[in-house]
Formats: sequence, structure tokens, C-alpha cells
Amino acid sequence: MATTLTPLADSAFTEFLARETSKGLLRFTTAGSVDDGKSTLIGRLLYDSRSVYEDQLESVTKASVGRNAGAIDFSLLTDGLRAEREQGITIDVAYRYFATPKRKFIIADTPGHEQYTRNMVTGASTAELAIVLVDARKGVLTQSRRHAYIAGLLGIERLVVAVNKMDLVGYDEATFQQIETDFLRILESFPQIQAYFVPVSALAGDNIVTRSTNMPWFQGQSLLEHLETVQVGTRAQDAPFRFPVQRVVRPNLDFRGYAGTVVSGRVSVGDRITILPSGRQTTIARIVTFDGDIRSAETGAAVTLTLAEEIDLSRGDMIVTSEHTAEKAHSLETTLVWLNEKPAQVGKRYRFKQASRMDWATLKQVQYRLNINTLAHEQEQTLEMNAIGNVVVETARATAFDPYQTNRATGSFILIDPATNATVAAGMILQAAVSESSHRLTEVTCHLNDGVLSIASQQGFDIKLAAEGLQVTDPEALDALRHFLERLRIQPFDADKTDWEI
Amino acid sequence: MSVRTHLQQLEAESIHIMREVAAECQRPVLLYSIGKDSSVLLRLAQKAFYPGPIPFPLLHIDTTYKFREMIDFRDKYTAEIGAKLIVHTNRAAINEGANPFAWGTQRCCGGLKTAALLEGLREGGYDAAIGGARRDEERSRAKERVFSFRDTRGQWDPRNQRPELWNIFNTRIHPGESLRVFPLSNWTEIDVWQYIYAENIPIVPLYFAKLRPMLVRGESLMPVEQPFVPRLPGEEPKMVMCRMRSLGCSPCTGAIYSDADTLPKIIEELVGMRRSERQNRVIDHDQDGSMEIKKQEGYF
Repeated sequence: MATTLTPLADSAFTEFLARETSKGLLRFTTAGSVDDGKSTLIGRLLYDSRSVYEDQLESVTKASVGRNAGAIDFSLLTDGLRAEREQGITIDVAYRYFATPKRKFIIADTPGHEQYTRNMVTGASTAELAIVLVDARKGVLTQSRRHAYIAGLLGIERLVVAVNKMDLVGYDEATFQQIETDFLRILESFPQIQAYFVPVSALAGDNIVTRSTNMPWFQGQSLLEHLETVQVGTRAQDAPFRFPVQRVVRPNLDFRGYAGTVVSGRVSVGDRITILPSGRQTTIARIVTFDGDIRSAETGAAVTLTLAEEIDLSRGDMIVTSEHTAEKAHSLETTLVWLNEKPAQVGKRYRFKQASRMDWATLKQVQYRLNINTLAHEQEQTLEMNAIGNVVVETARATAFDPYQTNRATGSFILIDPATNATVAAGMILQAAVSESSHRLTEVTCHLNDGVLSIASQQGFDIKLAAEGLQVTDPEALDALRHFLERLRIQPFDADKTDWEI
Repeated sequence: MSVRTHLQQLEAESIHIMREVAAECQRPVLLYSIGKDSSVLLRLAQKAFYPGPIPFPLLHIDTTYKFREMIDFRDKYTAEIGAKLIVHTNRAAINEGANPFAWGTQRCCGGLKTAALLEGLREGGYDAAIGGARRDEERSRAKERVFSFRDTRGQWDPRNQRPELWNIFNTRIHPGESLRVFPLSNWTEIDVWQYIYAENIPIVPLYFAKLRPMLVRGESLMPVEQPFVPRLPGEEPKMVMCRMRSLGCSPCTGAIYSDADTLPKIIEELVGMRRSERQNRVIDHDQDGSMEIKKQEGYF
């Protein structure tokens, strides 16, 4: 007998529940500097949307004694860890949750100071919308450009510019308009971002949840009204079908399926698909879920696919629509955000994780570092923590990808230091890099002497094998090498031949 | 174009996380606490690996002070879904007489939960422990990672956590180190209840209101399952219409006055009531930031 004792709904409340369980979700991030009142703004959103529980509030009121704040210090609702509470500064990404009858919200709350670029990037990576705070008294500052840039870089489609502390400038319309004009000028460089401007006072609650009577000149939605209704997520839904394979599901000999999440587009039974990187094609046979088979699956759905033909496929491969396959390359031009205290090392191999695929990648070249305040390109050989740069990365196996700006899920990756296992960089693929090795290869000579292979270039090309040489005594390794050289169209390969030129 | 609901999105995200653990970790285990969040975790695991079985065992840290109804539910439900259950108890501490009144809540939790958990994980050689903790439960959890890194002593260092970007999780660890994985990170209490309702997931009957014998002390309702719970002179249990908002050990879990005996009534009560659920868990009130301290020591 089943343990299921769950009593079933029997009240008029069922209708309310149906609405509650069918509302949407918005993930947003907030950026602002220490004094912009960001924590106060979030505290106010949580408080006014009635998601601050009474006892949490009590413990906060207890802790506020001795700090310079009013009756309730909203910022204390959001500062998480004890050390940070003592320092009065947030140093990591904190996640907050609240809901209204229209939507559930997940806030990635990040400190906006320059040193914390990595936190802002982390918070923005999962967000669909970003709120940038501007202090009405100070106007648009350098940091506003930084915040807008990071939002654009991470592929955020919607920006809300909250002009805060309007109460301290007498709710002056001209001040607000000036800031809007200045900010729009910054946004000229980021045409993909749609912005909404709203004058607020987080402390007094103006235009946060309800429209302020102090600013009758402002006709727009309050901040919360905007968050409840703004449309997001269409970019992934409209993009071609992509499905990184997480696991091969093989519970018995009769079933072979591929578990994963539809990261973009949609898929239906019968669709023609291509498997990357192999390029083999077949069709979708079934879309399997615990709740029964479905005819089609949309962006965001975690399902298990079965294919019409048995094809060798494993974790890390990507199933894509044959109508619009992804790109494939070894050498990638990327934007890297360096997250670790140990700077980036050109020539070093890092673990490379993209979607469900783990590979190795070598940093080939830092093309430039971006000055996050001026957006100027600076010549640099490395990237320090919090630096953003344009870097050529070469993966050991071919990487199937879409440019990040067209597909966040297939264009993003992380780098992991193999010694410490730390996540050292966040990467966004711009495009396939012009493969330098392919044209340089025409200049390369290979020498095989007594089973030792040297690859050298007359131009001083820095293939490591040139310096180290490669001991090939094992017949299987020799066979693999033969295969490798054949793929490079080095013909004919003859183990007895000791010297040849490409 | 239809928009996916928040529950569908949360569900898919949790399934993705579970599949990553199964694919990349050597010896994962699911920490099963019998509570409502664990029930949700189990359902998500069933969904993640269907049509295959859940590819890792469940580990329950039994303090021996859990409600009888919890243990009955545990044994019946895990058998019903065909999950492999491992139960671990810190016998040494029990033999020394550990209970929250004799030892105080901090020391008792330290022995029967924290030490027992670390011991259970070590004995099983588990490198990844999946738990049902949520970020909305307690302030110190707001910055917790989905994949939370623990050093060789099982301890958590807030300054040594890996940045987590997109949904690309870094599961790499050295031998002896481990991960705690929280697939419900982005769920709130109300999401959990809504999901239980929408999916008709079995939960321990203690969550539903019923007349139960309680020691009534002001606003607090203390269950009387354990013989060692001290009574005031002349104090007798009274039958009170009440329910548990969260489940722990019976001496440390207070009940709340409630007549919510169905899921919709529980949700209705929750929407109206602005008290966070850990409030009736005595253990968090020891000192400000106490959960953070427990976490650093290795408590979940």
C-alpha cells in the first residue's frame, strides 16, 4: 500500500493555489557602490513585499543597536555573514528571494566596487535583468559605466536604472532627467540593452512598490511593477535547439537515453538533429520524463531524449538542431574575467568546463586587457584578479559552441586550476579564433629520429614538442601519432622514414 | 510561446544539479532527513534519473531522538520507492548519555548531528553529500554555494568558496576533500509546499494538524515523546490542536498551534503567517550567527 496520505484540496483556496503555482520567475542582479543604498533598496523590496518574516525582523532590530541607522536598518536584512556585518560591507554574492502574486524573484545581490568585479560578474551570470543604482546627489559616475558594461558583457537584456535618494534632492525632476540623459549616453555603446529609468527613495519607499505621491511628474511604473511585468528570457527561447548531454541513461539493454536540459530553442519528436562534435545526424525518437513521454520540450526543460538510431554519444556531446548547428573550433577568441588571486598564465593548461563538457584548454595569448572604467584596451601579458581581457584559448578537443551573445548556455565556460581545483576564470566565447596553427603548420618541419619526434618551425614557432621532443616507442602510441599526423594531412606517414617536410 | 512556471524552472534546475553530481562525483550520497525538503529531494532524484534508479544511496543521521512517526515514514517510504537507505548513529555519544537537557543543545547537536554526519560520510567514503538546505532558511545561508566545498576535516570556510557562474559547476576535489550539494538552494519554504501540493508528494503526517499531547509553556508547545524531557512541578501534557512546521529531534522541535490539516490549509497558513520556519527550532537561538558557526564546524 502506498504511503501517500496527502489530503487533497477542498477549499476555495485551491483557486488561489492554482495561480500561485503557475506564476513565472525573474532572476535579477543589483549593482551599486557601498553608499548607493543598494542594501536598503533590497531590504525595502523584501520588507514591502511582505516577505520579511517577523522573527527575522526582530533579530535584526536587536543587532542594529549601536549602528548609525534609523528605526529599522534595512541593509541588515541582506548582509549575511557575521564578519561582513561587523565590517558593514558585503563582500560576496548573496541570494535573496521574494514573491508577489505575479512573480517569484531571485536576487543576486552583489557589491559594486571595482575590486568586486568578479562578484558582479558572478551575480550577473544567472540574471535576466540588472538594477543599477545611481545616487541622485552624485549623478552618473564612472561606476555606472562599469555596471552597464558588465551587464552587457554577461548578456543581460534588461537594465533598470534606479535613481536613488530622490528625497535628498527635493524630489527634483530636472535632476532625474539629467541623470537619465547622461546614462543614455553611456548606453549608446550597448545597443543590446533595453533600459528603464525610475526615480526612487529606498529609505522612504518612494516608487519602490507603489507610485510616489512625492513625484507626481513621474508617470512610469514603480520599480516593483516594472519587475513584475517586464518580459525576459526570449533570447534563449528564440535561439536554435541546443542540448548538452549530461548523462547516458542505460537502465537496461532496451533503453538508451540522453539526459540533459534544453538550454535553448525547443525540440519535438521526429526533429532532425546533429550530434556535436561528431557531426552525425539522426532524429528524435522519444522525449522521456518521469511524468510520461512528451511530444516536445521547451527551453529550460530537463528531459531524457532517445534517438532513432544507435549512435555513439557520451557526456559532454551536444545535440543540436540539424537546421542550425553550432560552430566547432579548437581555438577560441574569448572574453575572460579572472577570478583568482593567482594571475592568468599564458601557456598554462587549465581544465575547461563548458556546459556538461570537461576538457583541457591552454591560454594562448592575452590580446588586450580592458580598462573597466574607461573601456580602453590595454596591452598586457596577463590578467590579475578582477581583470577582464580578450584572450585566445585553445581546447584540446574541438569545442562545439555558439557565440555567448547569441547563446549564454553554449557560449560560456569556466577555467579550473588543475593544481588547486579553484575556479579561476569565467569565459565568454566571442568567436572561433583565426587558427594561427593551421597556417603556421605549413612552415613546420617534423623530424623522427630513433623514435623521437621533434616538431619545429623555421619561424621559431613555439610548439612545446619542439623543445621537449616526444619519445615514441610504444607501437600503439606510434599508431596514434600516425593518425594525428594524417589528420594534419602530413602524408605519407612512414615510421621508417626519418625526416620529412610538410 | 508559453512561459515556464517558477516551479518548473526550479525543478529543472535541481534536476540539472543532481545529474551533474551523478556524472562527475565518484561516490555521492543523498542526506535524507525525513523532512519535507528531503521528500522533495527524493522526488527530484527520481525525476532526474528516470527511467533508471536513483544512482546513489540515502544516508540518514539518526540521533535516536527523532519522532517515531518520522522513522516509520522513513522506512516505509524509502522501501516503497526502492531507494537504498543507510542509517548512521553516533553510538559512542548516545552511550555517554547525550541528550539536549543533559548536554545542552550545542553539545548535543555537535555530537549527534555534526560529528555523526562527518563520521557517516567518512565511513562511506562519500565525496559528495546532497542535502536539502535552502538559502532562504537562515541569513548565513544566503551566500552558500550550490556546490559547497569542504576541506579534509569536512569544514566550511566562507572565504574559500568557489565562485559559481551560470549553471556550470566545479566538482573537482582532491582526495579527502568533499562537496556538499544543495539542489534546493533557490527554493523558498513556500515553493517547497507548493511543489509538494502540485506533485502530491508524501510527507510525514506530523506536518498536518491533529490533537497531540503537548507541554504548554506560554507560546511554546513541547512534544513529550522522550521520557527525559523535564517537567515543571505538577505539569501535565495537554491535548492541543497543533502541527510541526519543521521536523528535527522531538525534544528540540516545538509545535505550532494550527488547524491546518490539508496541504492547501498549510499553504494558506504560511502565506498569512510571517514567521520563518526555523523559529521553532531551538538550536538557532544560542547566539547571533550561531548557524554560521555550526556550518564552519561541519554541520550541514
